[in-house]
Amino acid sequence: MFTFSYHRPASVDDALALAAAEDEAKYLAGGQTLLPTLKQRLASPSDLVDLGDIAEMSGIRVEEDRVVVGAMTPHADVAASAAVRAAIPALADLAGRIGDPAVRNRGTIGGSVANNDPSADYPAACLGLGATILTTVREIPAEAFFQGLFETALAPAEMITAVSFPVPLRAAYEKFPNPASRYAMAGVLVAVTPAGVRVAVTGASQAGVFRWTEAEAALDAAFAPEALVGLALPAEDMIADIHGSGAYRAHLAGVMARRAVARLLG
Amino acid sequence: MPTFATTVNGIAVTAEVDPRLLLVDFLRERLGLTGTHVGCDTSQCGACTVHLDGRAVKACAVLAVQAAGREVLTIEGIGSAEALHPMQAAFREHHGLQCGFCTPGMIMAGLDTVRRHGTELDAETVRAELEGNLCRCTGYHNIVAAVIDGAAAMGSAAFAPAAG
Ligand SMILES: Cc1cc2nc3c(=O)[nH]c(=O)nc-3n(C[C@H](O)[C@H](O)[C@H](O)COP(=O)(O)OP(=O)(O)OC[C@H]3O[C@@H](n4cnc5c(N)ncnc54)[C@H](O)[C@@H]3O)c2cc1C
Ligand code: FES
Ligand code: FES
Repeated sequence: MFTFSYHRPASVDDALALAAAEDEAKYLAGGQTLLPTLKQRLASPSDLVDLGDIAEMSGIRVEEDRVVVGAMTPHADVAASAAVRAAIPALADLAGRIGDPAVRNRGTIGGSVANNDPSADYPAACLGLGATILTTVREIPAEAFFQGLFETALAPAEMITAVSFPVPLRAAYEKFPNPASRYAMAGVLVAVTPAGVRVAVTGASQAGVFRWTEAEAALDAAFAPEALVGLALPAEDMIADIHGSGAYRAHLAGVMARRAVARLLG
Repeated sequence: MPTFATTVNGIAVTAEVDPRLLLVDFLRERLGLTGTHVGCDTSQCGACTVHLDGRAVKACAVLAVQAAGREVLTIEGIGSAEALHPMQAAFREHHGLQCGFCTPGMIMAGLDTVRRHGTELDAETVRAELEGNLCRCTGYHNIVAAVIDGAAAMGSAAFAPAAG
């Protein structure tokens, strides 16, 4: 690691002030992505502003038709939350399938969403459920927030405070994890909402998480796995690496989508 | 260098550290608690698993300064050679180790499993819970048996957890 100064403020305002005072400050949430990045010397922040002591950023609130998850809430808490299980079981299920237990004990929703890894799970939940990302300055719809590989709408020093999910009629997430890293090779969230079906795909595309609009239209017309047969994602737009070709991932996304639909019918 | 105070295995510790120091290196090199191992240093193997405020974490992906004001529990804190913790005793009983490199992490992960799932565990749960802990020797079978039995022993009336 390159050298940095470490701070652990107790409030959002103090954290913002610390981040604003330094050119190259970075927020530290669960550190499960950021610390390995620093160890590999792929980043050299001047300051780390640890959000771990800010109580107001952690915790889950269920409002009438929304589930609001504080940015510092670890994946394990979302997975174990009875309130989330009751309101959006797919969200608890998705959180419980991120990485392994130790990663879920540290990693946070804010860190995952801010990082926007093309193979991360939460971006599929945000886009598929139509979440709003709440930051220290504004509210950003998921559609506008995720902007391709590791790119988001966040301005420097802008902090995510919470993610607000509308409760769907029903939703399911299916993921084919890479057996070594446990990140998604393809993960698909299918949500039935009052405004129609939403399908979000993670892990597959070179452009990061995306809405599969053809699948949404097909499922709006007939909500059954068969409705997706014959729909093909463009293999040339998919991630191709040592773990699988673009054609493999395009196919896998279709399989995960059909499984998610089958689960919702089952 | 910043000074920080933490609690390790129930003992208050104050130290001056470079903020870059990893928790696992602090435990091993500064405190001599070498029961916590470094297998991969890349968050994959779980050999470095310790508890931070009661939850299993990979100590190679936590800064020592992040433990300031928190409680760290390592394998040295759960039992001794003379008085093994039931989870440790179960690993011996079931031959749940060969070289032993993964064992401290397995035990700390096993205890985190008990915290969340209780003392009556089935093999499917244990295998899923040990997803982040790799063993190069045993083939896992005896580790799973050890965690199930260790958990059951913790649930029996004979076991009174030590303070901290
Ligand atoms: C072994 C392993 C397996 C994993 N498997 C999966 C998996 O299967 N699926 C998956 O989705 N992820 C997986 N992850 C990633 C994990 O979920 C991370 O926890 C997550 O991506 C980052 O969250 P964090 O809280 O650790 O963030 P950090 O690493 O602390 O931060 C990540 C980035 O986000 C920024 N940031 C953090 N919080 C905020 C905030 N509130 N506002 C603005 N910016 C912020 C930081 O500055 C940094 O740039 C895995 C990680 C490991 C180590
Ligand atoms: S040494 Fe920490 S996970 Fe391998
Ligand atoms: S006993 Fe050797 S690595 Fe597990």
